[in-house]
Amino acid sequence: MASIVTHLHKPAGSHGHASRVTQDAPWVRWLLTAVALLFLLGFVLLPLLAVFAEALRSGLGVFFAAFTDDYALAAIKLTLTTALIAVPSNVVFGVAAAWCITKFSFPGKSVLITLIDLPFAVSPVIAGLIFVLMFGLQGWLGHYINAEAPWFPWLQAWLAEQDFKIIFGTPGIVLATIFVTFPFVARELIPLMQAQGTDEEYAAVTLGANGWQTFWRVTLPNIKWGLFYGIVLCNARAMGEFGAVSVVSGHIRGETNTMPLHVEILYNEYQFSAAFAVASLLALLAIVTLVLKSVIEWRHSRLQG
Amino acid sequence: MSTRSARSILPGFGLSLGFTIAYLSLIVLLPLSAVFLKTSGMTWAEFVAAVSSPFVISAYKVSFFASLAAASVNAVFGLIVAWVLVRYTFPAKKIVDALVDLPFALPTAVAGIALTTIYAQTGWIGRWLAPYDIKIAYTPIGVFIALTFIGLPFVVRTLQPVIEELEPELEEASATLGASRFQTVFRVILPQLTPALIAGTAMAFARSLGEYGSVVFIGANLPMKTQIVPHVIYEKLEQYDYRGATAIATVMLVTSFVLLLLINLLQKWSRRYNKI
Repeated sequence: MASIVTHLHKPAGSHGHASRVTQDAPWVRWLLTAVALLFLLGFVLLPLLAVFAEALRSGLGVFFAAFTDDYALAAIKLTLTTALIAVPSNVVFGVAAAWCITKFSFPGKSVLITLIDLPFAVSPVIAGLIFVLMFGLQGWLGHYINAEAPWFPWLQAWLAEQDFKIIFGTPGIVLATIFVTFPFVARELIPLMQAQGTDEEYAAVTLGANGWQTFWRVTLPNIKWGLFYGIVLCNARAMGEFGAVSVVSGHIRGETNTMPLHVEILYNEYQFSAAFAVASLLALLAIVTLVLKSVIEWRHSRLQG
Repeated sequence: MSTRSARSILPGFGLSLGFTIAYLSLIVLLPLSAVFLKTSGMTWAEFVAAVSSPFVISAYKVSFFASLAAASVNAVFGLIVAWVLVRYTFPAKKIVDALVDLPFALPTAVAGIALTTIYAQTGWIGRWLAPYDIKIAYTPIGVFIALTFIGLPFVVRTLQPVIEELEPELEEASATLGASRFQTVFRVILPQLTPALIAGTAMAFARSLGEYGSVVFIGANLPMKTQIVPHVIYEKLEQYDYRGATAIATVMLVTSFVLLLLINLLQKWSRRYNKI
């Protein structure tokens, strides 16, 4: 499932060979290019343009009013908070996973790589469901708090006293987001670090560097662009996640509404311009993500070429 | 194999592997096991009843056929897009190439409302179809459109590196031996792309089965008509029918794990195929 994420280390396009027998006839080239461009125009570009066109349809006043609304501001804040927790967690995990997978060999490595990919294969709704099953009132946590003869009664008392909400609260939203964006950083780093091998790290250690020095001074400079793109992609997905967050959020306005959920509520209330205005912020984030990816790929191919 | 890790002079093996496994278990494995544990608490009859009610069966059909149709369309057009992006040059190619990733980067809810607006009866495309009484938004065709949007990058990004690595010598040899360009494409090039094409299409299909955000808007979740399996789970959760939701989730999880396994095998096949 990860081919999209791991495309970075292979710069696209620019093929050298152009001998005549391996070239398609001009009419074939024109036809295929036209078909490809029309398909992308209709299926990909049009929805993107529609977001901005609809957002600006009722004028700039309505557009900007959509962001100054209290509920919108609360949604933006919650989305930023969620990303601020989810992304760094997955970055630490991604770096640790890539380090042990690419710098050492051990049995069960391919199983570990498959398990890291697992969240890609899980429907977002199920990603939300699993945390409801764990932390919901009818879930494991709820059963534990309501149990008559629990293990560790002091823990039960403490949990009941705290009354903190995981489901229908920020912790659940953060957990679901971490799950959904779990593989991105690891998937970006593993192929990159595999290609780079271990020679430079060996040299550093042989010259007397300790583990952290080796990582900060040798490994990190080598992987910084791949890591950067992993973070950007992970962040885009974290801020845009809808299905999983929708299941655990409870949709409480001003409290547990993220930006995509706020878009849904506005849309269902027929406040189309406001819905698309908030959506256009998310679309802008997607565009920035794609531009950064292209820039990093371009840098990468220039450094190699 | 295991002895090499002991001999490696690099530090941090225990720390990084330990952290990786702990984090993986806490965030992914333990929560996922909750689905199977919850299901194992049901009797077989309860399970069968939950996963085979008429609404659920209808949702399986909508999800399966819409995903299959979308993946097939992506197989054809994704192949063309990948081929054009690798082999031809045209203005703004870099931008077009970047655009392929948009469905992956754009939040699904945003894609959902945008597609709905375009294909609604007053929309940019919908208004041209309305006079012929063709409806796309709020019909199974709408579900198919959303899933096509979602699946495109999977096919293109799986094929691109494989097309880049095709050896021109094979095409030249084929041409030298008297094959027409048409024969070369169908007898020499396409067979080399087949494993990657199947793998990419299977990924698009697997992703489509689980897709939620874009479909709920354009499909409108009409029971027995456009409701997809993830939405049935969502609905059951809203009605606090946790058992029903979990049973259906089990069916979906097993399906996607089997697909994931098949895709992994296909990719291994693809890699080996292209090394020869």
